[in-house]
Amino acid sequence: MGGKPSMLLPLIEKIMLTVKSIHTYYGNIHALKGVSLHVRRGEIVTLVGANGAGKSTLVNTICGMEKPARGQIEFNGEPIEGLMPENIVGKGIALVPEGRQIFSAMTVEANLLMGGFVHRNNREQVRADMDRFFGRFPILKDRRHQLAGTLSGGEQQMLAISRALMSRPQLLVLDEPSMGLAPLMVKLILSIIRELKDEGRTILLIEQNARAALKIADRGYVLETGKVVLQGEGQELLEHREVKRAYLGKGAKQIWEA
Amino acid sequence: MGTDFLQYVISGITIGAIYAMVAIGYNIIYSVTEIINFAQGEFVMLGGLFAVFFAGTLHLPLYLAFICAVAVAGCLGLAMDRFIIGRARESSVLSLIIITIAVSILLKGSAMLAWGKDPYSLPAFSSGGPIMVAGAAIQPQALWITGICALVVIGLTLFFRKSVYGQAMLACANNPQAARLVGIPVRYMVFLSFILSAAIGAAAGVIITPVSMMEYERGALLGLKGFGAAAFGGLGQFFGALVAGLILGLAESFCAGYLSSGYKDAVALVLLLMVLFLKPEGLFGNREAARLKKF
Repeated sequence: MGGKPSMLLPLIEKIMLTVKSIHTYYGNIHALKGVSLHVRRGEIVTLVGANGAGKSTLVNTICGMEKPARGQIEFNGEPIEGLMPENIVGKGIALVPEGRQIFSAMTVEANLLMGGFVHRNNREQVRADMDRFFGRFPILKDRRHQLAGTLSGGEQQMLAISRALMSRPQLLVLDEPSMGLAPLMVKLILSIIRELKDEGRTILLIEQNARAALKIADRGYVLETGKVVLQGEGQELLEHREVKRAYLGKGAKQIWEA
Repeated sequence: MGTDFLQYVISGITIGAIYAMVAIGYNIIYSVTEIINFAQGEFVMLGGLFAVFFAGTLHLPLYLAFICAVAVAGCLGLAMDRFIIGRARESSVLSLIIITIAVSILLKGSAMLAWGKDPYSLPAFSSGGPIMVAGAAIQPQALWITGICALVVIGLTLFFRKSVYGQAMLACANNPQAARLVGIPVRYMVFLSFILSAAIGAAAGVIITPVSMMEYERGALLGLKGFGAAAFGGLGQFFGALVAGLILGLAESFCAGYLSSGYKDAVALVLLLMVLFLKPEGLFGNREAARLKKF
């Protein structure tokens, strides 16, 4: 954190992730048509958009699960596009994938242990982190020897988030963390995300509950058919006429407003 | 009568230990990839025949021949994954299993071309006559077999339960995508599983050759019985494989002793059928875990 003399440098330095006109194809489908965005250190950025807009494709491309056809992705100034996902974790990006994707036939504890795989040579750290998550989510501690697949949806999501955090990422990417959960659980997961924000973590969040996501987020991007059509501060987007019409709806149930 | 019984128990445990090791070979690859590698029996056969080649043809000392045979089989296992299974990585597990059958035929045919159809033997690992216990004879080689088998089971159980890499291998099987997302290099874990499983199969082949000889077509039956033991004990369960292997060996030995040796090969299949009908997850399989698995 050396104080640089320039006024501009700190602003540029704060940028953690830069995505520059990324194009990704699923077979013949042109899923991302030149998407650009950036995430600064310490902020929550959310991606809003309808199903099939390319939100998941975008995070999968960032995390290395999909290979972009064109464009650049830089993380801390280093190009990472085309790297394998197992190497991107080591760089400091952790994804909580859509549908949670926990190791269902392994115990809760083993799931967390695997989350710390990149730090496997530092046993004390992995142990300490695991205990920290057990302290934070006592339900996981109670069920540490249970198979992860037997947990409820909400508990599995807590496990998936904890597992991702075990790698001590600089950037946490959450893909639809509230999908398929009961309303009470949705509330809980959103409050967890808010807590993570308060800890100063950097988060890229995809969320179908656009209103909830924009409320938490510092900034947001609206994706439509593979392109960014709008971007701005969370509050600003919340009040944007187009966003209201397309994603927030009138009189939509507001169960997620904690 | 009592002596006979004891003798049957001893030979049952010996052959059971071999089945257990073959079963463990299945379990390793299954644990990591959910593939059932039907070429497993051929690695057992190749282990025996390569040991014959190193000890008999190249006149290496027996322990070196053992190590070389296991190493060569390990390399073959790696090559099988790298050049054959790996190329079809995107296919369904069922297609991959069928590919392993093709590999098994290929290995068997190559072994026939290389070694011919005659059975070969190796000298026993330690000299000396049988040890007499209450009128029953224990061949020193039987002690070697059970000892090595016990070591392998204990070692692997510890590896998969306690070590990060063992757990990472299980994670690859359970959810390869998620495994990559937490930073586990899935490709290497799969390589490792093929090497380990071929090496353990080959070790079983080397230690059994002094007792019952080895020829090119022994692999199929050993593989089948090993698979029976693996399914009986619960796929992926190392301790289960040990117990099931021993039960299978004992059942065979008693059948051969008290009924007729002609029926002995049927025992494994009857046992396998019974398990599949009555308890498909196997003796020690976890019903819950079995439901959470794809295959």
